Amino acid sequence: MQVAIPTFPGSNGDHDALHACGAVMGWDTRAVWHREDRLPAGTDLVVVPGGFSYGDYLRCGAIAALSPIMADIRRFADRGGLVLGICNGFQTLCEAQLLPGALLRNASMRFIHRDVHLRVERAGLPFTRAMAVGQVLRIPIAHAEGNFTLDPDGLAALEARNGVVFRYSSPEGDTGPDFTPNGAAHGIAGIVNERGNVLGMMPHPERAVEKIAGGDDGLWLFRSIADMLSKV
Amino acid sequence: MKVRVLVSLKPGILDPQGKAVELGLHGYGFQVEQVRIGRLIELEVPAGDRAEAQAKAKAMCDKLLVNPVMEKATIEVL
Repeated sequence: MQVAIPTFPGSNGDHDALHACGAVMGWDTRAVWHREDRLPAGTDLVVVPGGFSYGDYLRCGAIAALSPIMADIRRFADRGGLVLGICNGFQTLCEAQLLPGALLRNASMRFIHRDVHLRVERAGLPFTRAMAVGQVLRIPIAHAEGNFTLDPDGLAALEARNGVVFRYSSPEGDTGPDFTPNGAAHGIAGIVNERGNVLGMMPHPERAVEKIAGGDDGLWLFRSIADMLSKV
Repeated sequence: MKVRVLVSLKPGILDPQGKAVELGLHGYGFQVEQVRIGRLIELEVPAGDRAEAQAKAKAMCDKLLVNPVMEKATIEVL
């Protein structure tokens, strides 16, 4: 199992992802500088990390989406490779049009950093095969632009093809505006592309992999991937 | 040629920044019904004529300057 973590100027979740995939999961995990134009040979999983790539200039993720390494991540995704975008990584995948929609400023205008609850809306994906639909995970968020937006037709199409993977919820799994911290449409916290190999999510599963650090519900996601790749 | 690109949020897209500024203006006693905040981008574009400058700026908007999910652009060749 080999993981590549592209690192942009302003990334700050890259080391959390390195720790989660490397030290915790025991995978061969490599950081890849944004100017590289090729992922390491043998890469099984790309984790596009959180942070403030290129200072969030123009729009969050807009400049990262044009970086040399993203061109190869696009080719990797086109071949069916697994790509997980977390927080700024999710914004970057949207800007790169590997995922639909955009992440706007939080409705409250505030940066929000706290644990939230997520209801699993789609199991069986490479990222969620260890989970069950309706299961609730507790995972932290830390963002100012997590307000997922898509035009009404696009949103309907996303829901119709079961593209919503995680929705913000109560600890009991109730969803709705009251449980959505950032104003995201339909309480959407994470989505997957049509093929099922590119997942973007605002919450940080890589920051929830050890009980001593506040919780380990993020392991559900990493163990799903391990389970998936061990069966390839 | 100088080209000015005005990027604004599409109607219906929530603009919390504009809302905060609106509340701030109300705090100073100004009467204002809506504030929307956009972005002004000034470009110096090599072009033989205005149509060429306009077309080049449009291509830049499509590629990078504007995210059509949430924004629209007005291009003005000066």
